[in-house]
Amino acid sequence: MKIKNEMKLEFLSKSQNEAFARVAVAAFASQLDPTLEELADIKTAVSEAVTNAIIHGYDSSNEIVIINARLYDNCIDIEVIDYGKGIEDVELARQPLYTSKPELERSGMGFTVMETFMDKVEVSSAPGQGTKVRMIKYISIENTETERE
Amino acid sequence: MASIDSTQEAVGLLKSYEKKGDILIVELEGELDHHFAGKARESLDRLLDDTSIRHLILNLKRLNFMDSSGIGVFIGRYKIIKNRGGEVCVTNMKPHVNKILELSGLYKILNPYDTVSQAVDGIRREVI
Ligand SMILES: Nc1ncnc2c1ncn2[C@@H]1O[C@H](COP(=O)(O)OP(=O)(O)OP(=O)(O)O)[C@@H](O)[C@H]1O
Ligand SMILES: [Mg+2]
Repeated sequence: MKIKNEMKLEFLSKSQNEAFARVAVAAFASQLDPTLEELADIKTAVSEAVTNAIIHGYDSSNEIVIINARLYDNCIDIEVIDYGKGIEDVELARQPLYTSKPELERSGMGFTVMETFMDKVEVSSAPGQGTKVRMIKYISIENTETERE
Repeated sequence: MASIDSTQEAVGLLKSYEKKGDILIVELEGELDHHFAGKARESLDRLLDDTSIRHLILNLKRLNFMDSSGIGVFIGRYKIIKNRGGEVCVTNMKPHVNKILELSGLYKILNPYDTVSQAVDGIRREVI
């Protein structure tokens, strides 16, 4: 599949940047003419991954979070990367309701939200090295048809 | 009877709040993510320090965004209200907020209503 467009964002792991990151990716994704629902799904999934990088990956230190996004004819491919503490057991972390920070009133639903709202979610992580969450969302054909002729 | 005049302006994510007997009605606004969750939690808990409050109605008409951080905030306030034998209702959900509440199973503990007055009626009916 041919890449139509590509972008990269780097920002400090400050909670103020959660809104910035999801709005920036949504603005980029809107080039595919998604529905409002698809756009809200993308925003939410990005918010989950970025929040995880900030609170789990880096705890409270300010480090760099990276987002790479690529647009194809009918989908957007998004990577959210941190070089923080990593995940020991990815399978366990992805379970609904699993959280390592219940004391912070986390619900353990972040990965479940990403998996439900996006079409594909891949997590690669190594303890002490960081985490990469790759998510793909297909955009309904009717919206992109006119542009693709 | 509490009138519209008794509606208080609040800060941050809490647009306004009002007390009707033992029911606290709070209107949330903006985006409930991790960044704003702390403030929202703090302001709600300050209001809930008033122990004459037994029920909580969250009007979500102006809540434009929420992610799993919001789920945590809702569950935490539910635990407080449940301890007082009350119920938590949510009203006027936008489609995206509704989707998150549904997916997370929160409707097992939060009662959804179309409007605040329907939620008030719902609470009163259960009390009788
Ligand atoms: N970027 C990351 N770096 C390190 N650990 C992570 C990262 N992302 C997720 N985790 C681990 O995976 C667990 C599950 O993540 P998930 O987003 O599903 O839940 P949560 O963040 O704990 O709670 P919620 O998202 O509902 O507020 C986290 O508690 C954390 O232990
Ligand atoms: Mg999370």
